Amino acid sequence: MTTADKQGPATDRAPEAPASAPRRGPAPGGGPMARMMGGPIDKSLNFKGSGKRLLAQMRPERGLITVALLLGVLSVALTVVGPKVLGRATDLIMAGIVGRDLPAGLTKEQAADLLRAHGQGGLADLVASMPVAPGPHTDFGAVGMVLLFVALIYVGSSVFGFVQARIATRVVQRTVFRMREQVEEKLARLPLSYFDKQQRGEVLSRATNDIDNIQQTLQQTLSQIVASLLTIVGVLGMMFWISWLLALVALVTVPVSVVVATKVGKRAQPQFVQQWKTTGKLNAHIEEMYTGHSLVKVFGREKESAALFREQNDALYSAGFKAQFISGIIQPAMMFIGNLNYVLVAVVGGLRVASGALSIGDVQAFIQYSRQFSQPLTQVASMANLVQSGVASAERVFELLDAAEQHPDAERPARPEQVTGRVAFEGVSFRYDENKPLIEDLSLSVRPGQTVAIVGPTGAGKTTLVNLLMRFYEVRDGRIVLDGVDIAEMSREELRGHIGMVLQDTWLFGGTIAENIAYGAPEGTSRDKVVEAARATHVDRFVRTLPDGYDTVIDEEGANVSVGEKQLITIARAFLAEPAILVLDEATSSVDTRTEVLIQHAMAQLRSGRTSFVIAHRLSTIRDADLILVMENGSIVEQGTHGTLLSADGAYARLYAAQFAEAVTEAG
Amino acid sequence: MLVRLARAHLRPYRRSISLIVLLQLIQTLATLYLPTLNADIIDNGVVAGDTGYIFRTGGFMIAVTVLQIACAIGAVYFGARTAMALGRDIRAAVFDRVQLFSAREVGRFGAPSLITRTTNDVQQVQMLVLMTFTMMVSAPIMCVGGIAMALNQDVPLSALLLVIVPVLGILVSLIVRRMRPLFRGVQERIDTVNRVLREQIAGIRVIRAFVRDRYERERFAGANTDLYDISIRAGRLMSMMFPLVMLIVNLSSVAVVWFGGLRIDAKEMEIGALTAFLSYLMYILMSIMMATFMVMMLPRAEVCAERIQEVLATESSVTPPAAPVSTLRRHGELELRDVEFRFPGAEQPVLKDISLIARPGETTAVIGSTGSGKSTLLGLVPRLFDATGGTVLVDGEDVRTLAPETLAAVIGLVPQKPYLFSGTVASNLRYGNPDATDDELWHALETAQARDFVARMEGGLDASIAQGGTNVSGGQRQRLAIARALVRKPEIYLFDDSFSALDYATDAALRAALARETDRATVVIVAQRVSTIRGADRIVVLDEGRIVGTGTHGELMAGNETYREIVLSQLTEQEAA
Repeated sequence: MTTADKQGPATDRAPEAPASAPRRGPAPGGGPMARMMGGPIDKSLNFKGSGKRLLAQMRPERGLITVALLLGVLSVALTVVGPKVLGRATDLIMAGIVGRDLPAGLTKEQAADLLRAHGQGGLADLVASMPVAPGPHTDFGAVGMVLLFVALIYVGSSVFGFVQARIATRVVQRTVFRMREQVEEKLARLPLSYFDKQQRGEVLSRATNDIDNIQQTLQQTLSQIVASLLTIVGVLGMMFWISWLLALVALVTVPVSVVVATKVGKRAQPQFVQQWKTTGKLNAHIEEMYTGHSLVKVFGREKESAALFREQNDALYSAGFKAQFISGIIQPAMMFIGNLNYVLVAVVGGLRVASGALSIGDVQAFIQYSRQFSQPLTQVASMANLVQSGVASAERVFELLDAAEQHPDAERPARPEQVTGRVAFEGVSFRYDENKPLIEDLSLSVRPGQTVAIVGPTGAGKTTLVNLLMRFYEVRDGRIVLDGVDIAEMSREELRGHIGMVLQDTWLFGGTIAENIAYGAPEGTSRDKVVEAARATHVDRFVRTLPDGYDTVIDEEGANVSVGEKQLITIARAFLAEPAILVLDEATSSVDTRTEVLIQHAMAQLRSGRTSFVIAHRLSTIRDADLILVMENGSIVEQGTHGTLLSADGAYARLYAAQFAEAVTEAG
Repeated sequence: MLVRLARAHLRPYRRSISLIVLLQLIQTLATLYLPTLNADIIDNGVVAGDTGYIFRTGGFMIAVTVLQIACAIGAVYFGARTAMALGRDIRAAVFDRVQLFSAREVGRFGAPSLITRTTNDVQQVQMLVLMTFTMMVSAPIMCVGGIAMALNQDVPLSALLLVIVPVLGILVSLIVRRMRPLFRGVQERIDTVNRVLREQIAGIRVIRAFVRDRYERERFAGANTDLYDISIRAGRLMSMMFPLVMLIVNLSSVAVVWFGGLRIDAKEMEIGALTAFLSYLMYILMSIMMATFMVMMLPRAEVCAERIQEVLATESSVTPPAAPVSTLRRHGELELRDVEFRFPGAEQPVLKDISLIARPGETTAVIGSTGSGKSTLLGLVPRLFDATGGTVLVDGEDVRTLAPETLAAVIGLVPQKPYLFSGTVASNLRYGNPDATDDELWHALETAQARDFVARMEGGLDASIAQGGTNVSGGQRQRLAIARALVRKPEIYLFDDSFSALDYATDAALRAALARETDRATVVIVAQRVSTIRGADRIVVLDEGRIVGTGTHGELMAGNETYREIVLSQLTEQEAA
């Protein structure tokens, strides 16, 4: 139910967030994001600022909004006038009844006097106040005219209302469309450091859940709030116009309903908090038990797991029941007050009609008005929460949009004449944290076609080197040169187009295996080429054990292929892209060494004429590199080939000994 | 689907539901009674000028209102209780079902999807049922009751209903029918847009590295435009809905006044009835609208119900035995006899013709390339999967005939992904043996080379562990998982590539300690590093799902090409020799 509950009694339910929270639930099949939602609204919410900014997002629609507002006013005004005019028709009919018992030919005043003379003072007052024409028949000509007029009013109100709603939809959808676009464009301009510092789930939640929430909020409030407020004003005016006394009577119930709604709401609040707490706990347990499913089985812990589940499930039941019950009382309570109102109006109105101070048609109109009055009131009340949460979401989106961006590419980027893969680091310095120097004055030169292996302990700056080469991060000092051109002067696109990469985190997107392999290749790459790349990288064999082969759809979590298999696929992807420079970052750590050797054979072919950077912990994989760089604390402490480094008996030799000493002695 | 799901799980609450219906009935009738009383006020009080009658009837109306709210609150009470109980029951049913699943079914759905189904989807269904109880039940009552009351006021005028109600019903259902697929489409496209964004964020390095920004931009723009288009289409229908319904309602009241007026003039009806009739008309039309809105909420809940039902209808491929054997000699002898494992519909089996025997006091190692089926082979023993051919025997008994507790008791598995549960170090270690003493825990930690870092952790054994074990390093996680299996003291240890995150020195020390600890147990190790398994009593070489060699390191080095290749890939010829 997205826009489903725009109008009507369906909205009259409790205004609390939980009622709307499930709507914002994750997409079917989506990740376990559920717990991130429905959280408490941030206390530091800058409501005014962010609200204004959200409205500013709609500025391009100013023209449409003005038209929509005008139409809204017209529509509401006509709706409000309707019952009053309809009441005139009832009055005419009433006049007919009263008139038919009076002798024809008399004037109204004469008839009233006659009645008084018969001791029917009350009825006389009534007659005196009405357009009574004594005689046997109601004036249906007049009634017909009035009704025709009413019908026109209603048709007009509906037509205006329809056009207004259509325009409002357009305004909201266009605004949200633009915001989505802005967010997506922003994501592309954000430096990688942003994603590395923020939790992914956090960024994601802003880009998806918060935008969804804004859309819901705008959709449900934009046309509604205006219409509701206008209706309240209009109806109030009409009520006072008909009878100030009745209006006051009806208004007495307003503060009562407001007090009841807030009182009950306040009592429900902690129950909802409790409900969300237990939901969170239960969901966490479910998440753990499903993720560790095989452990639960193997350790025979099903009973304990089920017992804990039952306990938390019961807790959720009782918390949920309380929350729903207390908040559920609001609606009957409102209805009760509405009914009391109805009774009061009926009684007081009846008395007034009897005394001739009010016409029966006016009472009828008044009853309609008092019903129309309470509905927008509860709607506005329930929207307050919605707006609050919508603005909170907007603020989170604006925070994302305000984040610092990466330097844009130069307007006229430099291009190396021919990319051969000659790479030089010249006095490069870099730090992630301003106060913690990582790489200082690093220089290095790589000839085309060379394989450079980078080894060293964790945190030595191996991955950083690659990040700088790819311009995921920018150097602080010095420069990196590709075939004579400073890469900072190239466009990122140009630079990265020459580099193929296999990363530590194996990212596959939700598509088939074939599509994933073809990701880096030009569009329209044939299946044969994909299979060829798959064969060369040993993907082919396990793909054939899958039910759908190359058309197996990898779900977002990639649950149907193992980590090692995923890594093989990403290798196949780099293989097919045929770049000038290859970067393998721990690429084969989850692949067994035998497969790795097979891949390396394939890679060796691929590497001919290509410069390769290989980062690996396992020294066995890089023995035949042309150049081995040993990094420690951000600087290169040694460089050379396997042989020269071993005989140098330095850092590399120590690393090597640590890994192989034991293996060698056992083998000996 | 939704109906079937709800009906099946609502059965225990029949009495509560009857009560809800009864309370809603009284509540609705009380509401419906008010306009009749109002008509009486007008006809007998106002027109006759009888003030006393107006007060008396007014008092009675208040009494009716009080009855109405009492019943309404009662209905909310039982409605909330029953709906929440239903949610609880369905959640429990799904959870229980998933617990029965084998790794295969869990893999098929994917854990995240199962989580969503158990939590969010159930919540959606629960919400719908709650709204049904609190609002929907009264809609048909209101409709039927309203019609009855209208008839009671004036039969011929009620003939108008024969026109109005079908017109409204048909128009609304026409719109709703067109709206349902649109709403479904909107939801699907929101999902698509979000999925694209999710992938862009998760894969940002790859996208940038492969210079696919422009492609991704287009992909997103396409998805966003699709969403916009369908939202506009749904919005247009929505904008039509309310004004149209209001128009019908309003024009109906005009018609009622006209025809009512004629009848009043002909003295066939009283004026009060006109006002009452208008009120009833509103109630009837409101109830129809309410029903319509409910219908619009259905698709979403329907999808959720389908997804829930899908889980509930899935039978585990591993079923517990009908007559379980619960006595076992408990020596720990493990045998695989001509085992085959194949995913349904797959071109090639994952494992084929696997026969091997692992005896107590021996270490059996399985080595082979990625995708050769090593992990699957281990999973067959604790019945995470069942073999599709051949048999797996523990102490001479087919594992499929053993009681699950009996089987679980003899096995200690250290999985490839060393998952830890949230809690403390101790609670994780005791996972397989709740009665273990602190000394036993420390002993296991020592063997697993984890004593030092646990001792350094704040709180030691009581140090907290985050969900999944994300607050300790991969190597530490692996050692804790090994210690967890040791605490259990099983007859059969299964290590699934459990030493991969350890450096060579720790690996060696751990294996030495482990050898002392497990000297009387059956140990099966799956590994990629030759150094980890070269001391094993028996090494089984797997290639493409088949056993291509069995023997000791020396035997295999001499006579097995695949094994030599593996070894040589890790050590230089010299080193291996």
